[in-house]
Amino acid sequence: MIIYGVSLLAICTLVGISIGQVLGHLLGLPANVGGVGIAMILLILSGSYLNKKGVIDPKTEQGVEFWSAVYIPVVVAMAAKQNVFGAFSGGAMAISAGVTAVVLGFALVPVLDRMGKEKTQASTSISSPSTDRV
Amino acid sequence: MFESLLLVSTKYSLIVGFAVIGLTMWFSYWLSAKFTRGRVHGSAIAILLGLTMAYFSGAFTGGHKGVVDIPLLSGIGLLGGSMLRDFAIVATGFGVKIEEIKRAGKSGVLALFLGIFSSFIAGAGIAMAFGYTDAVSITTIGAGAITYIVGPVTGAAIGASSEVMALSIAAGLVKSILVMVVTPFVAPLIQLNNPRTAVIFGGLMGTSSGVAAGLAATDPKLVPYGCLTAAFYTALGCLLGPSVLFLAVRALLPG
Repeated sequence: MIIYGVSLLAICTLVGISIGQVLGHLLGLPANVGGVGIAMILLILSGSYLNKKGVIDPKTEQGVEFWSAVYIPVVVAMAAKQNVFGAFSGGAMAISAGVTAVVLGFALVPVLDRMGKEKTQASTSISSPSTDRV
Repeated sequence: MFESLLLVSTKYSLIVGFAVIGLTMWFSYWLSAKFTRGRVHGSAIAILLGLTMAYFSGAFTGGHKGVVDIPLLSGIGLLGGSMLRDFAIVATGFGVKIEEIKRAGKSGVLALFLGIFSSFIAGAGIAMAFGYTDAVSITTIGAGAITYIVGPVTGAAIGASSEVMALSIAAGLVKSILVMVVTPFVAPLIQLNNPRTAVIFGGLMGTSSGVAAGLAATDPKLVPYGCLTAAFYTALGCLLGPSVLFLAVRALLPG
């Protein structure tokens, strides 16, 4: 049933976000520590476990896949509720601070990519990115 | 008549959101196919359209929540809010291969620290170039360049003025919006086309909304990898901002 998939996703999300919230509280931070990431790992692990057990049928999978497909529209809605006007009325300093941070970030992607590769290339072969699902 | 329509739109706000966003998507994909032959991805155009609408709503209503400040469109706030956003991001993880994450794990952690330090240095450097000399303001603006949450959190912890905090939020917003818009165009130049670089990218940029939207417009398959590392960024920034980074700025400033 489709609801099984939606429910599995909901449980993983709630558990992950809660762990992140508790972690934040324990560290004294007003932020969620990796909740979404933890939830994602829970979903990957429980998904592949249940899949091996043969519990997940195509209908259940659709319950998760629907939300994964709705992701881009959700992001568009998120873009539409940003305080864009506020960002650009922050003045030249705010804009150049943001721009510089982004430029540095982009520039560092290939640097870090190369750094890690040199170490691991000897031991693991680089496989092509695959598109199949868990 | 307008009032009864408004009643429907507030009662069924989420449904209005689905309808409006669906139409925006359709229009964007049409623009993408018709005028760019698919070269500029439809979702990139949709995100840009969303941001443009948010800009004008902010300009006309004076609010801080983009189109959500227009009563008819309040449902977009629910659709694009953190609840459904996180739910959908987690769902994208269903197609992820655990080996890919393991392979990029170390680089991802390194990217998180490097991303926070580089953004902070960028923000703090610009603050100094614009004439700020006190450690509290420099740290707060630098923290804002990490994300727009780290900025005010750090500022509140070390006692920054509200004016500086507002600037730090603006710096973080500029960063997140820029990542949303520019990523699909920069991606080919920095080999942002595989799970490994996506993990690194998520750690370096860290702004959840920027990474989420930027990767969606580049290649939706990469979204879970980037969002996985980005999920830890703001928290790590909040941890380092008022402590290590503030102390470092105070130690390095002359006088």
